[in-house]
Amino acid sequence: MKVLLRNPRREVDIDGPITIVNLLARLDLNRESVLVIRRGELVAGDATLADDDEVEIRPVISGGSS
Amino acid sequence: MKCVTCRGPAIIDLRRHNANFCAEHFLEQCRRQVTKAIDEFHMIEPGERALVAVSGGKDSLAVWDLLVGLGYDVDGFYIGLGIGEYSDTSATYARAFAEERGLQLLEVDLPTSHGYDIPTGSRAARRAPCSACGLSKRHLFDAVALEGGYDVLVTGHNLDDEAAVLFGNTLHWHTEYLGRQLPVLPARDGFPRKVKPLVRLTERETAAYCVVRGIDYLVDECPMAAGNRHLGYKHALNEIERTSPGAKHSFYFGFLARAAARFADQAEDDRAGLHPCASCGAPTTSEVCAFCRLVERAGGAPPTEGTGAVPVVLGPRRVGVQS
Repeated sequence: MKVLLRNPRREVDIDGPITIVNLLARLDLNRESVLVIRRGELVAGDATLADDDEVEIRPVISGGSS
Repeated sequence: MKCVTCRGPAIIDLRRHNANFCAEHFLEQCRRQVTKAIDEFHMIEPGERALVAVSGGKDSLAVWDLLVGLGYDVDGFYIGLGIGEYSDTSATYARAFAEERGLQLLEVDLPTSHGYDIPTGSRAARRAPCSACGLSKRHLFDAVALEGGYDVLVTGHNLDDEAAVLFGNTLHWHTEYLGRQLPVLPARDGFPRKVKPLVRLTERETAAYCVVRGIDYLVDECPMAAGNRHLGYKHALNEIERTSPGAKHSFYFGFLARAAARFADQAEDDRAGLHPCASCGAPTTSEVCAFCRLVERAGGAPPTEGTGAVPVVLGPRRVGVQS
């Protein structure tokens, strides 16, 4: 499947099927710091992604030190 | 995963609440948390006019949407910071949000109205970019809120923001800051009342709120903020949250309940001797305030009259719960 990552913007290919939890673990990402979005909708942590899915992993941490 | 409320398919799990939610009940949860924060800390009274500081990012657009949905009378205020393409893009998100909803957005463009941008101001004043940016924003938020006669200034600070600032202030024992790290700062000495209605929501929740509500926001991080300490604190706290769900909430709300009052005196001492800036009239402990000094060092000049804020999206003020 195609996985879009941000900051910096890049795309990686990951073999499916794979659960969200395992996908994030494989990419060494903290579930508290990202959302997984498929076709414009949030995907729950226990969902399984298919090999032909396209998903965005969107970081949620932002802000300066003001 | 099933929604804790309706048992339908869930779209998000909130481990700190040990609960999963479908889209409808997740939005309900967000509104409930914001209502609880507003009520608990007496942030906004019915009939008051609020001004929300809008950056084009998830938090400021989420809080604007939530407050309008809860029936509050809220205008937006956006500052063009002159950070190249990043500022151009963030402005388009803020304007589009206001335009699509028929809301009023005020704008100040720093390079146009004050003659400097954040990269220039940062270099000239020998301040870190986030410091020059924060100083400029705080000054203009206060000034525009007072100039426009608003009762309250709203910012999109969320639980992660507050926990990270608390973490930094505790690491360095900045006791004068600890005493005023509160969800509400009352109006006084030339400052408007400032409130943070998102303090009960994490930034994962505010981002999810925007996705579910279909709010387009600027996802990319400010290029000048990359690698700053504040972001490092957030990552560190999220590592703790991963193994100890609810840790950020306990840290910040435990501080409010059991420690904040102990530092109130230091915060008060820090504000002693405030008087009007000789140049702009804003409260300061120096002859000329830090903002006016920054503008001068950056080679700029303030507008001859007022803050330079202009309405760019003129919408009817809407009051009433959204569908």
